[in-house]
Amino acid sequence: MNQSAGHSGSAEAQSGIVVRGVHRSFGDFVALEDIDLEVKPGGLTALLGPSGGGKSTLLRIIAGLDYPDRGAVEIGGRDATFLPPQRRSVGFVFQHYAAFKHLTTARNVAFGLEIRKRPRAEVHDRVAELLELVHLEQFADRLPSQLSGGQRQRMALARALAVQPEVLLLDEPFGALDAKVRKELRDWLRRLHDEVHVTTLFVTHDQEEALEVADEIVVISQGRIEQVGSPAQLYDHPANEFVMSFLGPVTRLGGVLVRPHDIEVLTDERAGAVQVEVTKLLRVGYEVRAETRAQDGSTPWVQLTRAQVAELDLAEGATVWLRPLVATPFPAGSPRAPEPVPA
Amino acid sequence: MSLVAQVDRATPSAFGRGRRPGELTGVASLGLGVGVLWLSLLVLLPIAAIVSTAFEDGLAGFWDAVTDPEALSAIRFTVGAALLVTVINAVVGTLIAWVLVRDDFPGKRILEVVIDIPFALPTIVAGLVLITLYGPSGPFGINLVGTRAGVVLALLFVTLPFVVRSVQPVLIDADREVEQAAASLGASGFTIFRRVILPTVTPAVVSGAALSFARALGEFGSVILISANLIGKTQVSSSYILKMIESQETVSAAAVATLLLAVAVVVLVVLDVVQRRTARRG
Repeated sequence: MNQSAGHSGSAEAQSGIVVRGVHRSFGDFVALEDIDLEVKPGGLTALLGPSGGGKSTLLRIIAGLDYPDRGAVEIGGRDATFLPPQRRSVGFVFQHYAAFKHLTTARNVAFGLEIRKRPRAEVHDRVAELLELVHLEQFADRLPSQLSGGQRQRMALARALAVQPEVLLLDEPFGALDAKVRKELRDWLRRLHDEVHVTTLFVTHDQEEALEVADEIVVISQGRIEQVGSPAQLYDHPANEFVMSFLGPVTRLGGVLVRPHDIEVLTDERAGAVQVEVTKLLRVGYEVRAETRAQDGSTPWVQLTRAQVAELDLAEGATVWLRPLVATPFPAGSPRAPEPVPA
Repeated sequence: MSLVAQVDRATPSAFGRGRRPGELTGVASLGLGVGVLWLSLLVLLPIAAIVSTAFEDGLAGFWDAVTDPEALSAIRFTVGAALLVTVINAVVGTLIAWVLVRDDFPGKRILEVVIDIPFALPTIVAGLVLITLYGPSGPFGINLVGTRAGVVLALLFVTLPFVVRSVQPVLIDADREVEQAAASLGASGFTIFRRVILPTVTPAVVSGAALSFARALGEFGSVILISANLIGKTQVSSSYILKMIESQETVSAAAVATLLLAVAVVVLVVLDVVQRRTARRG
């Protein structure tokens, strides 16, 4: 590797990750069930799924912090299944930063380089470069305890990047941060990845985070991969009910799953429309949620704008007809039963 | 580019309760008052009494008392043995704490309890046990009575729990992910220990070591039997002080006690400095 600064330009042969038939169980609990996955070199891939679904276990197996019961892991075309973490050329970022609390920001970032016994001047320059990259230049001499959560996580990222890993793994990197910082760091990670084209795989349970940041999303649940694809593919063409309901709000209308913003509200009866009574109109920020009750007892809800509500002259107690705007992308009653996802 | 300039706002706001820093509330003043009074009565007053007794006959009297060959040899031996015991405890105690926290083995619970036995046992009983085991008729055929090794053994026995019990909670709380982070950055097991774990546990090791030094310096009960109190060889300061008190030489007793106190203070300060250094070095 001769990537000079981690900045773009110095294009190097990028390493992908290949996971073959990886299986891992803890006692009776099967965390990963014969996982096959290929992570494209240079991409920003999200492992998305509910907590306890196995995504962190998979990430830790790739990093060498855990080992599969069977199966193989390849990093950059080399078998890494039983390599210790030290020899995998993997940068790992933990949810809770895992900062070296007794070392300053600069020394934290320098850690991997100092271990490799790099010349002092080289370490100094590289650390300065990385601190600039993560915008912590002015915090070089602070201890982690004197940094905010967001700053600590950026420090951890710089520390992982310092040793020029072939792949960067992030385990719920923004999970411990408050909503606003989270959003800022999300944008920042996206832009950082555009500068440093290291193959990046990050774990998240936040579908919005995955949809916003990743090039590719791998949906994992109950130890199995549900679907792999681009954010748009997954959102528009979910493979099953689970993926559909995990990636965004869904509601059930006339027996089929549909996104509440893909429902047409009609004031008269038409073909394919279901008659419902509006039970409640709920203002949430810029949107209005219309909760309804159909004659079969089901309670579909519709996501509308204020303008739409005004135009339809919608009021609680009114009778309207609902019709899905898009066809359900998978056959009804597809394999995995959806878990209840709070809207 | 200033991608994250807006993210930087680590500075916590001041506490702003309309009080200037350093000012105390009523309750806090009361607490401070009680604390100071308590310390004064229990610690400062006796110390002041000892120091003043030590210098009753002036500086010359103090000097004569502590340079008495018997006193000097007892002090030398006591301080030396206490230092040795402290160093051994720092290493072995940390190791035991590590084993107790990080390893799983049958009998771990029992070991947990066994660690505290030296605390629970009256020290004279400890002394009795030691001469039974390492006395002239001991089962191992090793006679340590009247030897310096015997005294060190007794001191090791009574000070065993200090380092173990101070390091253990720190190791339990230690974030394993920090070690994993170091490993994925390429650090070997030894490097992780030296650069990540050691700086974390050092303050606890030092405070445990300080306690065990203080205890060893003043230990009497467990030592008195196995040492056989041989003047110039195995006599410890505490036993010398007792001898002085029994022969009405309170100035000598107080002088030796004062010197021991000074040694203890110096060692505690040195340990504190060592701890700050290691914690920063990483």
